[in-house]
Amino acid sequence: MIKAILIFNNHGKPRLIRFYQYFAEDMQQQIIRETFHLVSKRDDNVCNFLEGGSLIGGSDYKLIYRHYATLYFVFCVDSSESELGILDLIQVFVETLDKCFENVCELDLIFHMDKVHYILQEVVMGGMVLETNMNEIVAQVEVQNRMEKSELCNQN
Amino acid sequence: MLIVCWSPVMVEVWNGPGDKKTVEGPSRMPAPIRLRELIRTIRTARTQAEEREMIQKECAAIRSSFREEDNTYRCRNVAKLLYMHMLGYPAHFGQLECLKLIASQKFTDKRIGYLGAMLLLDERQDVHLLMTNCIKNDLNHSTQYVQGLALCTLGCMGSSEMCRDLAGEVEKLLKTSNSYLRKKAALCAVHVIRKVPELMEMFLPATKNLLSEKNHGVLHTSVVLLTEMCERSPDMLAHFRKLVPQLVRILKNLIMSGYSPEHDVSGISDPFLQVRILRLLRILGKGDDDSSEAMNDILAQVATNTETSKNVGNAILYETVLTIMDIKSESGLRVLAINILGRFLLNNDKNIRYVALTSLLKTVQTDHNAVQRHRSTIVDCLKDLDVSIKRRAMELSFALVNGNNIRGMMKELLYFLDSCDPEFKADCASGVFLAAEKYAPSKRWHIDTIMRVLTTAGSYVRDDSVPNLIQLITNSVEMHAYTVQRLYKALLDDISQQPLVQVASWCIGEYGDLLVSGQCEEEEPIQDEVLDVLEGLLVSNLSTPVTRGYALTAIMKLSTRFTSVNRIKKVVSIYGSSIDVELQQRAVEYNALFKKYDHMSGDEWLRVTIDQLLSSVRILSCSYDPNSSVVSLNFHLTRRPLSVCQTFQLQLLSPSSNVVPTLNQGTVTQVIRVLNPQKQQLRMRIKLTYTHKGSAVQDLAEVNNFPPQSWQ
Repeated sequence: MIKAILIFNNHGKPRLIRFYQYFAEDMQQQIIRETFHLVSKRDDNVCNFLEGGSLIGGSDYKLIYRHYATLYFVFCVDSSESELGILDLIQVFVETLDKCFENVCELDLIFHMDKVHYILQEVVMGGMVLETNMNEIVAQVEVQNRMEKSELCNQN
Repeated sequence: MLIVCWSPVMVEVWNGPGDKKTVEGPSRMPAPIRLRELIRTIRTARTQAEEREMIQKECAAIRSSFREEDNTYRCRNVAKLLYMHMLGYPAHFGQLECLKLIASQKFTDKRIGYLGAMLLLDERQDVHLLMTNCIKNDLNHSTQYVQGLALCTLGCMGSSEMCRDLAGEVEKLLKTSNSYLRKKAALCAVHVIRKVPELMEMFLPATKNLLSEKNHGVLHTSVVLLTEMCERSPDMLAHFRKLVPQLVRILKNLIMSGYSPEHDVSGISDPFLQVRILRLLRILGKGDDDSSEAMNDILAQVATNTETSKNVGNAILYETVLTIMDIKSESGLRVLAINILGRFLLNNDKNIRYVALTSLLKTVQTDHNAVQRHRSTIVDCLKDLDVSIKRRAMELSFALVNGNNIRGMMKELLYFLDSCDPEFKADCASGVFLAAEKYAPSKRWHIDTIMRVLTTAGSYVRDDSVPNLIQLITNSVEMHAYTVQRLYKALLDDISQQPLVQVASWCIGEYGDLLVSGQCEEEEPIQDEVLDVLEGLLVSNLSTPVTRGYALTAIMKLSTRFTSVNRIKKVVSIYGSSIDVELQQRAVEYNALFKKYDHMSGDEWLRVTIDQLLSSVRILSCSYDPNSSVVSLNFHLTRRPLSVCQTFQLQLLSPSSNVVPTLNQGTVTQVIRVLNPQKQQLRMRIKLTYTHKGSAVQDLAEVNNFPPQSWQ
């Protein structure tokens, strides 16, 4: 199970936060800080798996992360997920964002936080992997965006 | 406790047509700003305080807007709230608004409303139950994307009550032909089962033809559902074993199907689905001969045919290996799996090396010999730059040490100990001690290894190692001279590492006579040099109080082994006024000992070692033969308690001997068991009565410094 998905930049500023397990608000912020602290210490040529970080709870959990330019994509998972598989999943997610936003960059994530959530919702649901086919995901997101747009037009 | 009554009137207003309010007037507030504008504004803040101020201002505006019950801008306001929530600001006042959005007819509203519910609400708030009806309606909505939103929300944060209420709807959707809904229903069902395990049975019929789906998304989530059910219930597991052939077929098609642009990821057809199926096969095959047999071929095929140049291929191989190791596979397949792991170890990609080491660690107990073949590669990983890899390589290396490879392995591990980060040193040192104890080829090798650890990582050695090491050294009688000489030399070089210093002090105190007597290979020190070193420990800033205690006791013990007793007496008396209470107490007691026996000459001096003397003996007679300088003491074993008092009960066991040899050639020990239920402080008074040269002598001594853990 995926317990949390965190995207933050090189300075630790959160860009997308999604917890699939209940945590109180201040605990969520603490987890973000701790995760940033652990991940930012890492060199670029070490492996992408981290243990440690006591806040999310229990020993059965790992941090699997990828660093793209100014952003860290961190998935906190337990042992039921394949580490290498999650790495691939992060890649799928990022490539999907790239397709949806056309050469996605940090600013896109900053200004369209809600849209990023909607995209993520088509990839991961309830902490489990829902869909991994990029084209499917993009198509489904685009239909829903069009529905929103047409409602907006009708309103005006 | 929030109780909200939703009157029918309110519902009408929201669900009816024409819910757009056209309100513009001079008394109305300006339209709330868009999310984008808010983000832009907040980004201009230069300090945390400035940001906080902007947020507070906007929150106030949003609250007013909510109070106005304005439907047009509700979704915009909630979106802004979610943004602020992400930054760490409270947003609970938006919870009810999310519910209102969910109840709206507009897709835009529902979309943000459901997202808000998932981010801000959970089953701890009573408010969430109000969603149940909306979700129920939306699960039956005419638009699949609305149904999708409802399934998603229920599957993320549905409470047990909600799941119970809505399980039927989910089950219905699990049987639909709409693949978009079917895949979501499957994951929603997983959540329902987790929340209300009794409902698992209800989903059984729907699983019948899940695997005949063509749509990979549905297949994928179906396998997840089946996996969940098998993990939760042994009955389900037995029931689903019959699916093994079907799963094998699907996997085969994926591998053999050739290029399929729809599902291709780096040249492999739907690697995610392959991994999922492999994991389910693992669960189904575990402990079951028939199932394991049925999947043997396909596992071999995947293991040999999968392209390993990209990460996706390796993810599949990794999962295959784990499956092979877990089920009842034939030995050829197991060797194949371990060899794959061995190849992984040589891969340039650190992630691959990491998972290989993790898997090998899991299998080293069951397939020890197979893993041994890769020992040299594993040992090479000790030199890796990556901390996670180093740690795993270290754990695995210790697991692989045996009687045959101990010398070679220890060489590598000691080298690792020299150069590794401090975070590893304690664990590595403990591991080395354990391995040495189990497999040491000779006592001398063992002592040398211990010495090496103490000198290179001496400050990281765990505190409990010190008494263990002392015990070990005591038992290696023939090595005493060698050990004390080496430890002494080590002290000359470096007195900063406390465990080393403590062990060395103890040894010098105990075997100091061997140190100066010329039994060692090298040039032996003279007594004064040795005392210099020990006194140096007492005064050094580097020594901890515990170390000082060891040093002082050692000096004291040397008074019975060395001839420079006056110097020792002087040192001990100085510490009688030490600030350190522990040290002071010891010094005072040792001083008292000296005073008592001062009137005797060296020859006649009865040497009684008071190293934790626990003896309750009544000496019946004592005779001294001046010709042979033998003092014999006859003991009377007392079974009666020393003193009958209410707080303690004592049981005396037999003493180890009833003769105390002279010239400190041995000690007599008698064990007293103390029952101290009231946890009173232990104290003991020893009374020695004996005759010396015909006259009766009586001596009293008190022991007051029993360590607190013995009586607390």
